[in-house]
Amino acid sequence: MPLFGPQVPKGPHYGILAEFTTPADLYHACERVRDAGFTRWDAHTPFPVHGLERAMGLRRSKLPWIVLGMGLMGLSLGFGLQWWVHSAAYPLVISGKPLLAWPAYIPITFEVGVLFAALGAVFGMLGLNRLPMHHHPLFQSKVFERVTDDTFFISIESWDPQFDPSATGTLLESLGARSVELLES
Amino acid sequence: MAQTEADLLDNPVASRPILILRSPDFHSITEAVAGVVEGPTPAGWWFFFLPALALLGLLGVAVSWLFWEGIGIWGLNVPVGWAWDITNFVFWVGIAHAGTLISAILFLFRQTWRTSINRAAEAMTIFAVMCAMIFPGIHVGRIWVAYWMFPLPNQMDMWPNFRSPLLWDVFAVSVYGSVSLMFWYVGLIPDLAMMRDRAKTQTRKFVYGLFALGWRGSVRQWNHYEMAYLILAALATPLVLSVHSVVSMDFAVSVIPGWHTTIFPPYFVAGAIFSGFAMVLTIMVICRTAFGLEHIMTLRHFDYMAKIILVTGTMVGFAYGTEFFTAWYSGNPYEVFTFLNRAGGPYAWAYWIMVSCNVISPQIFWFKKARTSIPILFVLSIVINIGMWFERFVIIVTSLHRDFLPSAWGYFSPTFWDIACLLGSFGLFFTMFCLFVRFLPMVATAEVKTVLPQADPHWQPGAEREITDRRALEPAPEGAS
Repeated sequence: MPLFGPQVPKGPHYGILAEFTTPADLYHACERVRDAGFTRWDAHTPFPVHGLERAMGLRRSKLPWIVLGMGLMGLSLGFGLQWWVHSAAYPLVISGKPLLAWPAYIPITFEVGVLFAALGAVFGMLGLNRLPMHHHPLFQSKVFERVTDDTFFISIESWDPQFDPSATGTLLESLGARSVELLES
Repeated sequence: MAQTEADLLDNPVASRPILILRSPDFHSITEAVAGVVEGPTPAGWWFFFLPALALLGLLGVAVSWLFWEGIGIWGLNVPVGWAWDITNFVFWVGIAHAGTLISAILFLFRQTWRTSINRAAEAMTIFAVMCAMIFPGIHVGRIWVAYWMFPLPNQMDMWPNFRSPLLWDVFAVSVYGSVSLMFWYVGLIPDLAMMRDRAKTQTRKFVYGLFALGWRGSVRQWNHYEMAYLILAALATPLVLSVHSVVSMDFAVSVIPGWHTTIFPPYFVAGAIFSGFAMVLTIMVICRTAFGLEHIMTLRHFDYMAKIILVTGTMVGFAYGTEFFTAWYSGNPYEVFTFLNRAGGPYAWAYWIMVSCNVISPQIFWFKKARTSIPILFVLSIVINIGMWFERFVIIVTSLHRDFLPSAWGYFSPTFWDIACLLGSFGLFFTMFCLFVRFLPMVATAEVKTVLPQADPHWQPGAEREITDRRALEPAPEGAS
């Protein structure tokens, strides 16, 4: 998925939303939807269900690379700041220590590295998830309000090449969905 | 057969411990936790909140008077230039550490029992760091130059000294506060979305919705989210160890006998976890009873926490002994004097309060009866925090009050304003905590739901009971202990 690509499909329908009652039903339905060749779809759960990302065929998150980059940047900035201050900006000998007293710079280098890595983890996660996004067609659905409580969903977007409003609905019903709903965009 | 909570705690048959009692479904967890926030304000809440708010007001008065008059309003004198201010700082930073231990270190070790208590413990961390950060800020006296602590370009063309542990401390504590806040907020997002989805009024929907950032619980989102959570835990783990190590270096890098010892970093970290777990116990006992969460915060959780308290308390006791040994073994007369003076000098009363509270009293946790008795846990948790406050007081004040020359000896006694600042910091802490339990879900529901057996996608209804029954019938395999 492109990072800054279109987020909501064009057309009369956003897509289709199917409701499941247990993690097991959802898991097996996801395997079937994945095998049917859908690409623009998602599952929604109140808590992370382990193994579901594999049942959906998702790849491992790229977030660690963002964190690594940010962490290294933080480490260099932290060390660089101290080096520059004591060697160039304000070279002052204190208690006979050398200007580049690198062992004394380690704690702050570490702290700044951790700070940047953590910022990278939080904002990287939000960026990859395209949050904040306070409006979304899924929020039209009344049953979708239980996605944070005890109900499990599969949503298939209408711009998926395999999507067909009636056939996709029938497929999801055959997979054990308690209800299937067509959402407007 | 009806099982009591104590039976489940002892059940060796079930290989996976039952963490949440009364076999709830997902919805009842949501109800139990969100119901606390959505229901009417219980009268008992005001009973805690109003006194806390009054103490917070006292802090406001004390700090304003301090800014007006200067740090002379405290009982500080020439040999004792640091006393309750830094004692309170180290005390609160230490309390904070248990929250990070529960949320990060136990997460990395896959200790799933943490899910019932991690949200409240992380909140405790943030509020304790807030309390801690006040003291280095106000103890500088000239508050209007507090910005000198930060590496900011200024008209004097001066920079702070990065080779000083005091500056490391500024960085360590502010990074710790920031990372803890981010960790807590990331953990809150799914639960804020839960509050949004259940909201009955427009205001609640708007406010919770705003902070929930439009969370849709999608697996594509959980995929990045869980990675972010894991990474934050992995970052917070070395961070929490570094923070109290750096705090201890404020003392250890100086040349004051009683401070200048290499044992300080591990000794401080053990003490921090010890006091922090005691504070978690105090809060959990109140919360679970007040809000009917006994099936989520079970006796098993208290049993585990009491064991951690026993271990860290004994480590702290070992460190007290090691300090004496090192003082004697060093052959340095100042060092020997400092420690003999600590245990038998003018502050001996404080030293022995510390030893009885921190080393002797937690030994009761060798007994399971004590580890699972709520009244004993509650009393002990308060005793331990008194002891840990005295530990910092003993380290700071007894090392300073006998200077190298007897002509510079002194004695520190607190004034009203010293006491007001300490009580006021408790006011800030409990005010924040009361607001937290009133407006935010105090249990991480999204995480608690994952430890229920039916959260596993391969779970079948009835399977659980079958396995338990079969294990109960079959004899243990040979060679198994």
